[in-house]
Amino acid sequence: MSDGLIELRGIRKEFSGVVALDAMSLVIHPGEIHCLAGENGSGKSTVIKIMSGVYAPDGGEVLIDGKPAGPLTPISAIGHGIQVIYQDFSLFGNLTVAENLAMNVHLREKRRLMNWRRTRAIAREAVGRLGVDLDLDATVDSLPTAGKQLVAIARALMSDARLIIMDEPTTALTRKEVETLFRIVRDIQARGIAILFVSHKMREMLEISERMTVIRNGRKVAEGPTADFDEASITRHMTGSDILNEPYVWTPPPGAPPPPRLEVRGLTVPGKCEELDLSIRPGEIVGLSGLLGSGRTDLALALFGMAPRYQGEIRIDGAPVRLRSTQDAIAAGIAYVPEDRLTEGLFLTQSINRNMLATSYERLAPRLVIDRERAETMTQGMIRAMQIATPTGEKPVIQLSGGNQQRVVLARWLLTDARVLILNGPTVGVDVGSKAEIHAKIRELAQAHGLAVLMISDDVLELVQNCNRIVLMHRGRFVDDLSCADATEEMVSDRLKTFT
Amino acid sequence: MALLRRSEMVIAGILLLAMVLIGTINPAFWQLDNLFSLMRSNVIIGIMAMGVLLVLISGGIDVSFPAFAVAAMYLTVKGMLLIGYNGVVLPLLAATAIGLLCGAVNGFFVYKFRMIPLIVTLGTSAMVRGFLLGVVGTSMININKMPTALIDFARTDVVSVTKADGSTYGLTAMVLIYVGLALAMHLMLRYTMIGRSAYALGGDPEAARRAGFDLRKTIFFIYCVAGALAGFAGLLHSGMIWLANPRDFVGFELDVIAAVVLGGASIFGGRGTVLGTMLGVFMLVMVKNSLIIMKVDTTWQLVAVGLIVIIATALSAWRDRRQPA
Amino acid sequence: MKAQTTAPTLTVRSLINRDNNIVQLLVMTVLIFAVMTALSPDKFLRYYNFESITYIFPELGLLSIAMMIAMLTGGIDLSVVGVANLSGILAGVLFHKMAGAAGIADTGILVVLLGAVVALGTGLVAGTVNGLLITRLGITPILATLGTGQVFTGLAIVLTGGPAIVGFPTAWAFLGNGKIAGLATPFVLFAAIAALIAFILTRTAFGINLMLIGTNPKAALFAGLKRERMVLHSYMLTGVLASVAGIILSGRTNAAKSDYGNSYLLQAVLIAVLGGTNPAGGKGSVLGITIAVVALMLLSSGFQILRFSNHLIDFIWGGFLLLVIVINAYKNRTR
Repeated sequence: MSDGLIELRGIRKEFSGVVALDAMSLVIHPGEIHCLAGENGSGKSTVIKIMSGVYAPDGGEVLIDGKPAGPLTPISAIGHGIQVIYQDFSLFGNLTVAENLAMNVHLREKRRLMNWRRTRAIAREAVGRLGVDLDLDATVDSLPTAGKQLVAIARALMSDARLIIMDEPTTALTRKEVETLFRIVRDIQARGIAILFVSHKMREMLEISERMTVIRNGRKVAEGPTADFDEASITRHMTGSDILNEPYVWTPPPGAPPPPRLEVRGLTVPGKCEELDLSIRPGEIVGLSGLLGSGRTDLALALFGMAPRYQGEIRIDGAPVRLRSTQDAIAAGIAYVPEDRLTEGLFLTQSINRNMLATSYERLAPRLVIDRERAETMTQGMIRAMQIATPTGEKPVIQLSGGNQQRVVLARWLLTDARVLILNGPTVGVDVGSKAEIHAKIRELAQAHGLAVLMISDDVLELVQNCNRIVLMHRGRFVDDLSCADATEEMVSDRLKTFT
Repeated sequence: MALLRRSEMVIAGILLLAMVLIGTINPAFWQLDNLFSLMRSNVIIGIMAMGVLLVLISGGIDVSFPAFAVAAMYLTVKGMLLIGYNGVVLPLLAATAIGLLCGAVNGFFVYKFRMIPLIVTLGTSAMVRGFLLGVVGTSMININKMPTALIDFARTDVVSVTKADGSTYGLTAMVLIYVGLALAMHLMLRYTMIGRSAYALGGDPEAARRAGFDLRKTIFFIYCVAGALAGFAGLLHSGMIWLANPRDFVGFELDVIAAVVLGGASIFGGRGTVLGTMLGVFMLVMVKNSLIIMKVDTTWQLVAVGLIVIIATALSAWRDRRQPA
Repeated sequence: MKAQTTAPTLTVRSLINRDNNIVQLLVMTVLIFAVMTALSPDKFLRYYNFESITYIFPELGLLSIAMMIAMLTGGIDLSVVGVANLSGILAGVLFHKMAGAAGIADTGILVVLLGAVVALGTGLVAGTVNGLLITRLGITPILATLGTGQVFTGLAIVLTGGPAIVGFPTAWAFLGNGKIAGLATPFVLFAAIAALIAFILTRTAFGINLMLIGTNPKAALFAGLKRERMVLHSYMLTGVLASVAGIILSGRTNAAKSDYGNSYLLQAVLIAVLGGTNPAGGKGSVLGITIAVVALMLLSSGFQILRFSNHLIDFIWGGFLLLVIVINAYKNRTR
């Protein structure tokens, strides 16, 4: 076997007693596109941080070019040609593109002085290497996400990288931007630079990579050429079990169809979305997809009272409502589960109980003082109903798994007697195992409580399997309304690809 | 950068407008001796503002520098009297060193224990003042005891003019020291990696760490420079006012921070320039002086400075929030 | 702090389980007590010493609770001392204006009540100004309150013209000097207010909302919490608490001055941090603050008995703050 560019051998890493990686092995060969697949919490980011010298392993060794590398530091890892492009890109928003591009070169050369002419020269070269056009004097803050990513990639290339690690690079990109990214990745590979693509999006992994390593619970569980894998086998390796999924069927009750729970007429948010008509009946789960910036999140925010200047009419159970604030929306029975659970959904260091009750406290305290008995009954009931794995509701949510955390957020809204549930990326960052359970929960809630569910997602499979209808948005308008009875994942994906 | 330049233009514009306004209300404003004394008043606050600018750029805050300034000043003057030394360069170096050491303590706590700089600097400030007044002494050192070399040095004028009535006035050479230090700070911020690392740290600390900046060095440097500048300014101040008062500079942190924020430095870190800060210092000093010229009761000064802080920070917050995130 | 659903009875065990910090504070208090007793047993252990502490600590304790409330949402209030002094001064100005021929001391109870309303109203207005600057204009709390603190102190100077306002009605002085059922009035006031605040923070929607907002402001927005209003209210509460401290201070010393209790600012921050408040928001308790203020008062009075100057005591307070930072850092590391 030829020497790997970088090899992890039997790596062990603990964080205050919790084992994050155990006997982890990984080989990346020069010039290959390698995928590291694993669910959230499987140890992917720990692997990245060990390879980039941010963490020192507690056991095992790191070999570079077949030789033990000794203790790596962020600087020495860069010296070995290892570059990481983090999800947040790690750029300095307050500085110019040029300075961001040249900063690492200056640092590596241990410069003491800042030569601005050289900075521009380096930046021009970086942009040239990548073959893209960027305004070097713009501050990074003023660029869109895809632009920031280009800066991050160009910067990595400037450091004479031999391996570029990309941590979930497609998360915030539109499909078109993903294609551009893949073109650039292949371009980089053509120059003999290896890429480690860290992701949990199966289709993208299968599309781009040549070899693949799957990890679960801090251990390598599978490795081989990507051609040997398919979605089912990756899922099996990532979760350790097969996931079965039955499509969601919504059958209107016999007799006259029930009136819509949520009815939207001519909803317009200036500059974001226009003339949207939508109606969701009780028990229906309607999928909503579209490219980033298509207006889908703006629709959700408007429904949650966060675009107070919208025009058009919104009715809940036939009654017109005017949503000027989140409080208005909640009072109208609308619930919104935001996309980023950790930063937008949860109060991490607070208890499960407090997280569940966050929206209910005002209602629990009609005369100022919280009715603790009722609060207790509510939270206990919810922990049972949502099957949250915890001995006590006093446990901080930070100690729960992603799936359990998402259930806490759902529980919060069930406690408000929500009638319309808007889910933005309901299973982003949730591992495949819990994903299925959360889907089952959502279906059950929709049927048992007669909720009208609007599920926004990039994961077309998720929508096809869990919704009875899918609407697609493009440039602020609805362009398709598909029944899931005759929509397939491929069909929807292909349709999305036609949007530019 | 275009934006920064523009915000400096805005500050300069407001400054000019204010000058015209004040000059119209009281033409005495435009007299050369008033302008000279105005520039003189810029020196001490301006030198300290350079340090505070650096701290604000890095995303921190420092309220301990007035305590360091007064400690450096009082200890140095006391020391000079004790050993009977009468000079300029060595004492200034000593005062700078005292400030630097105190600043290093700030840097140590901010870096090592990742504590909010405000709380750290509140603590060091109280310790230094408490030590000075509780251990070293509480009595002022007056003109009759002040080392003459310091006073003579601080008396140097660049130009001096003789009035019709025979009295003379001049522009103090200390202005040159201020401008020199400001220039050095500008060059440091713009053309050295340590200067850029302050911007990087203020822009995104996590990204700065990942990029391989030595943040320990950066943080120590920032707080040491702020302390050193304060120490230097402290001693210079005593030479300029012929007095070493261990209770001096109380509440001075607000004036300086106000001036820096007024000069366009972001209260959220990552933005700020020397030129803007100098304009901000000038504006603050001018407003305070003009309150006197315009016969506003001096008791209103605190209110005025407080209001300036509020308005300047509100503008800064408004500007920075308009930036795309 | 996480008490809202556990059994209402506060057993010692549940207290220990719930908050390690409280136990550590108690241990520290006992330690300070023991050391001071050992250093000068005859003076430190006198009843008079403890009684005088019950007169002095409430004003600082209230300012510390005020500071803690501002810190709950990740803010800080550097104007508390300015608010306290301005409140006392405004009340004093009122009394001097309304004093009849009988003199200030015999001002009628109605006027005294009016004075209290003026003082508390000052705190409320000051707190509202802070809150609006922070929530509406988006100024960072440090700079907003640094600025308003200066304005309040400045107004106090303008009103007094420099020297203190001396002489308050007897009924007013009772608030700072008197006794209720053998206990110092300030102490009784403090106990009542502390209990009320503790109740508000743990048992009302407002209190718990503050903790949640401090933990994650963005999540608070998406959970539909009235973030701006809650933060505004918290600064109003902070202002009112500061004005109560001002009332007690002016009552105790029979004077109101623009620069009274300047070192209180540092001490209030120190006590808040020592009492287990997280300056980044989301965590803090009245019980912790109370123990911390008592501990530090014992420390201070011990040093006073040992004839340390006030300046040296300031030095020790500053050192203590840094020490607490070190201890907290190590505590978090082992977790």
